[in-house]
Amino acid sequence: MLIQPILFVVLIVGGTALISWPLGRYMTWAMDPQGAASGRPNAFTRLFQSIGGSVSARPQDWKRYMVSILAFNVVMFVVTFSILALQQYLPLNPDGKEALEGSLIFNTAASFTSNTNLQHYSGEVSLSYLSQLAGLMWLQFVSAATGIAALAALARGLAGRKLGNFFVDVQRASFLVLLPVAFIVAILLVVGGMPMTFNGAAVATTLEGVQQTIARGPVAAFVSIKQLGTNGGGFFGPNSTHPLENPSFWTNVVETVSIILIPMACVWMFGRIVGRMRHATVIFGVMLVLVLLRVAGGIWFESAPTQAFADLPIEQTTGNLEGKELRFGASAGPLWSVLTTSTSNGSVNAMHDSLNPLAGMMPMIGMWLNEDFGGVGVGMINMFLYIVVGVFIAGMMIGRTPEYLGWRVEAREVKFAILALLAHGLFILGGTAVFAATPWGADVLNNVGPHGFSEILYEFSSASANNGSGFEGLGDNTVPWNVATGIVMLLARFIPIILPLAIVGSLSAKRRSAESSGTLSVEGGTFATMLAATILVVGALTFFPAATLGPIAEHFIYMN
Amino acid sequence: MRNQNIKLEPLMSQDRSASIMDARILVPAIGNAFKKLNPRSLAKNPVMFVVAAVSVLTTVLFVKDAATGAGNLGFSFQIILWLWFTILFANFAEAVAEGRGKAQADSLRRSRTETQAKLLANGSRENFKLVPGTSLKIGDVVLVEAGDIIPSDGEVIEGIASVNEAAITGESAPVIRESGGDRSAVTGGTQVLSDWIRVRITAAAGSTFLDRMISLVEGAERQKTPNEIALNILLAGLTLIFVLATASIPSFAAYAGGFIPVIVLVALFVTLIPTTIGALLSAIGIAGMDRLVRFNVLAMSGRAVEAAGDVDTLLLDKTGTITLGNRQATEFRPVKGVTEQELADAAQLASLADETPEGRSIVVLAKEKYGIRARDMQSLHATFVPFTAQSRMSGIDSEGSSIRKGAVDAVLRYLDQISAKGAGSEATREIQAIADDIAKAGGTPLAVVRDGRLLGVIHLKDIVKGGIRERFAELRRMGIRTVMITGDNPMTAAAIAAEAGVDDFLAQATPEDKLRLIREEQAKGKLVAMCGDGTNDAPALAQSDVGVAMNTGTVAAREAGNMVDLDSDPTKLIEIVEIGKQLLMTRGALTTFSIANDVAKYFAIIPAMFVGLYPQLSKLNIMGLATPESAILSAIIFNALIIIVLIPLALKGVKYKAIGAGPLLRRNLLIYGLGGLVVPFIGIKAIDLIVAALHLA
Amino acid sequence: MEALLASVRITVATMAICVAGYATAVWAVGQAITPETADGSLITRPDGTIIGSRLIAQPFSQPKYFWPRPSAVDYNAAGAGGSNKSPTSPDLTDRAREIVAAYRATPENPLPAELAAASGAGLDPHISERAALYQAARIAEARGLAEPEVEALVHRMAFAPGGFLTTDRIVNVLELNLALDGTGTPQQ
Repeated sequence: MLIQPILFVVLIVGGTALISWPLGRYMTWAMDPQGAASGRPNAFTRLFQSIGGSVSARPQDWKRYMVSILAFNVVMFVVTFSILALQQYLPLNPDGKEALEGSLIFNTAASFTSNTNLQHYSGEVSLSYLSQLAGLMWLQFVSAATGIAALAALARGLAGRKLGNFFVDVQRASFLVLLPVAFIVAILLVVGGMPMTFNGAAVATTLEGVQQTIARGPVAAFVSIKQLGTNGGGFFGPNSTHPLENPSFWTNVVETVSIILIPMACVWMFGRIVGRMRHATVIFGVMLVLVLLRVAGGIWFESAPTQAFADLPIEQTTGNLEGKELRFGASAGPLWSVLTTSTSNGSVNAMHDSLNPLAGMMPMIGMWLNEDFGGVGVGMINMFLYIVVGVFIAGMMIGRTPEYLGWRVEAREVKFAILALLAHGLFILGGTAVFAATPWGADVLNNVGPHGFSEILYEFSSASANNGSGFEGLGDNTVPWNVATGIVMLLARFIPIILPLAIVGSLSAKRRSAESSGTLSVEGGTFATMLAATILVVGALTFFPAATLGPIAEHFIYMN
Repeated sequence: MRNQNIKLEPLMSQDRSASIMDARILVPAIGNAFKKLNPRSLAKNPVMFVVAAVSVLTTVLFVKDAATGAGNLGFSFQIILWLWFTILFANFAEAVAEGRGKAQADSLRRSRTETQAKLLANGSRENFKLVPGTSLKIGDVVLVEAGDIIPSDGEVIEGIASVNEAAITGESAPVIRESGGDRSAVTGGTQVLSDWIRVRITAAAGSTFLDRMISLVEGAERQKTPNEIALNILLAGLTLIFVLATASIPSFAAYAGGFIPVIVLVALFVTLIPTTIGALLSAIGIAGMDRLVRFNVLAMSGRAVEAAGDVDTLLLDKTGTITLGNRQATEFRPVKGVTEQELADAAQLASLADETPEGRSIVVLAKEKYGIRARDMQSLHATFVPFTAQSRMSGIDSEGSSIRKGAVDAVLRYLDQISAKGAGSEATREIQAIADDIAKAGGTPLAVVRDGRLLGVIHLKDIVKGGIRERFAELRRMGIRTVMITGDNPMTAAAIAAEAGVDDFLAQATPEDKLRLIREEQAKGKLVAMCGDGTNDAPALAQSDVGVAMNTGTVAAREAGNMVDLDSDPTKLIEIVEIGKQLLMTRGALTTFSIANDVAKYFAIIPAMFVGLYPQLSKLNIMGLATPESAILSAIIFNALIIIVLIPLALKGVKYKAIGAGPLLRRNLLIYGLGGLVVPFIGIKAIDLIVAALHLA
Repeated sequence: MEALLASVRITVATMAICVAGYATAVWAVGQAITPETADGSLITRPDGTIIGSRLIAQPFSQPKYFWPRPSAVDYNAAGAGGSNKSPTSPDLTDRAREIVAAYRATPENPLPAELAAASGAGLDPHISERAALYQAARIAEARGLAEPEVEALVHRMAFAPGGFLTTDRIVNVLELNLALDGTGTPQQ
């Protein structure tokens, strides 16, 4: 009974970790072809420079890099907003989908621009194939590419080099990193039985003579990049629980691996660009341990039977099955729920709203921490914020002005790091406070008591972590929810990209100091412990009161 | 005329630890703790200011409740009481730290009483008029004679005098101050004991060395150091995070259909924000400066103290730092055909009148090793030929015989002059071989010649200070590279460097070489510390990140450095580095402790706070605290008392061990991180037992 | 302005390659190598009408068919979803009580849990082997078959979805019912 879950977790997480190593190497080649050398740009770079135009051939400082990110993201938002708003007039709409409500369009465009993929709509109900592909799937590529580009710039800055050029980086990430990997995974999914068609819904007459409309579409291409780019926005409403979005145990394995593959590889890419693989290994280790702790917690708590059935003549041998698919096996749900929230992916293969109370808290903790392994690119960037804080405290403890990779961490850096971390807490706790105490939140709940509170808490955690999963019982397609989470998603996306870049800008203006046996080593177990402790105490404890009134209260009230 | 013996107890005090909890400091500190409730003084510390703000808020609410008789007044009253205690304890910690400095400042101030200066008229050497010392301007020239107090800082431009500098160094043995050279600086407040000097004033009234020293030890002008500012930002950020965590609770509770009293929210908030480090932060900074002062080192800024902790490379002058100031004769090495006895005899004769330490050591060696008793110059009818810069030799002439000793090349030249037996002779070659040999071993060869005949070589050896090798090993473990600076030739330097265990050396160093070395190190990203005293050292002192000027040094050197060592002991650089590290470590350790405490505080207060909403949450009360009220009260009492408990640690500083960064972090993480996690669980439980036993809540 | 221009150029390039090119390529490969599943794993009658998708649960309520897991969306394959109820929710208890009654489950013969628990999308095509066997008696009775015959069919069609990585064997309800119909039981 115990051996299968452990084997399953070890094979999936361990296997992905193994693949992430060569992928990290490849990504370094793709994103940073020159390395520290300053020779002629390679053929790809020259191609991307010619696509981007003259502005993409110039090196950028952190401010220009940031402005370029914002400019491109504005265009991303506007294009997708337009496609969604005009879908009823546009082609590739075999099922004749109608116009969408304004606040929902805003929320959806913000959601996919920010790599969140929070979905207040249901794909097969509301969207045309063009909206799905050119509006959303396009953003699933380029928003993920934005994150990878930002990480590459950050890493170059920490290596003491020029940041590079965003317009080249974003193309490298789109064309050289995401596109080939997404194609391979999409083919695996197609082979695994996933639909890939431009035909409209099929209408069936069932064996008992009932009409059943079966929505389908170009699913495989969409799902592949959805999983790989920590996007998570499903083609269908119930995401990867849907049999057409996740037909079998084996597609589930491929999709699960795809959730953490690139986030893991990002750590190695960071290590290679910075030139500190041992440091990257320590970061990777800390992230892995934090993930595995939650995976263990999730599987353990989810092995408790459905409490609602306790007094009925129901035989419960495999834990809580509400909201789960049988074809994936018993531990696939909790494992996925933790991985998808660890990485800001937000796709689901089981309904998180129906997880046992503390099993449902594991995804929330993942979103509160938001860095292990985090979104593509941005996860490592978030980790950098914790590293700055951790290094600052640890550095003092060894009696030196804190340094990270030889850069002195001083007032400015600490200020930016703590601001970024503060913003995350503000969005989640502030948003939850406003909606929990008003009809905006209380009137749209699908559950009562602490679990209803969890639905609100989860939604804001998901928006602020740019995750996109949800306690989907929440009736969140209302104007207040669409507007509030839309704004939170955008702010929570760009603050943790801009502030770390600002930190790097500030660091690289300083004299870099040499490392010695007297300086803080960021390569050993001690630092790993320090980092993990910083993440848990600074990152998670803030949410303890909220967690107590949500999942913890529900657990103690109902689960005995 | 003032009492000659201006003594300063605190500065001289060798008993450095006894005074931390001295009643003379503690009693006034209690009063000052209340004075510091002044909002302007509280505003300097964001964390404590926030505590004060919520204390005022809850006090006002309490008064309102008391008027209407609403709420659990006894409980609220106790919480509010402990909130105010928290602030008072923080103020007290700062007051104690300042109190120690004040005591020193007071005794310094006593030596700054009004002095009369003998202001010399333009160009005059004799005509002076008496003016008050405070009216002197930079550039004025004053005459200071035996018994006068030097009216202000200045530079000796003429004369030589012995000066008692006890007022600032605590050392009562007089020192020589003379014009020119490296000992020309005089300090206001010190006293000329003999002779006279003319001094050009270099500091305006109110900004003399003594003034600066007073304000430094008093902490009056204490500016926050870069690290302290950064830490304050971190603490302010954490405070904001906990503002969020607390301020969102009423709305969460409203969802659950309940209500959390403001006093409970405030209790949670105050225990969560980093009050421990916030309360002790300025005390740590003041105490760090104070430790330096106790060490007779004056840092011109807190920044310099912090920089000392960051030093990567130490440049150390060989003489006086690595080796004893004086070389000693250890061996007589005759040329062929001369016995050691004969050489020793001649060497002793040549040194009889030589009062330099080297000369005396030759006499002693001859006596101890060869039993040659020192003879009386008079009875030998000998005349002493002193050392001159031209001859670079000394010796005696007696009864037709003349003996000389000196640097090998000088002696050879002398031989050339007095006889035809030139440098090419066999003895010459032999002498040179021996001299090379000695130089290679790090010694200084002195050739001895009697009546034109080379006898041999005296081996003068640099004596490396006892224990210095271990100190350098310690520095290496701290990750600090040591570089020895010497005027010796490379061979000698290499030998001494190897013996002393320094990492590198710079031989035949000129001041320019020193400056270049510092720049090179800095270009490699290293922070460099050095000490120096001469005017020549000023550029290097200014360039280095931590420049410690010797108090005996020139005005230029003192101005260029960012620290002054009153004892003029270059070895102290090592301790200065340790003090800098200790300062940062104490901050880091207490920050870690403070943050780690939050875990236990959450587990004390959160169940107590929410048990009214969901009774099942009592299962979170893992400490088994008696009642919700006692849990909250115990947490806030613990939070206040821990400040008092940690004051001694804040003042003494966390012990620094030279075990390298990794083990050091592990050690501190274990003590202050794990300790900070565990201690409050025990402390809060213990306080809860007492609170429950006394029926306080 | 320059930045916006570059952004637009990159938008065009990524739209062309990452959307149009990529989607077409995946579609072409899918239609070439697995056209049947690429169109949604549809099962058709000889006359070409669609029975359903083997991946999508369809409603069964007649005693002669195996019943699938409950669906929070009433097996709506054009608007799928789960119950999104907490496992502690009394709503789930109420729903389960009805299902228990329908299966006539008793404490001596308790209902396998997944027959009372709705799946994530409400379209889970599978039930466990145990849950199929649980229904065997009813089907045998309705179809006039021997119970071992039905059980044998279940055993034959059950599979471990993840091989050695999964403990429970499952069976596809639609395929099972098609097989039942194919075994010669008269159509009604």
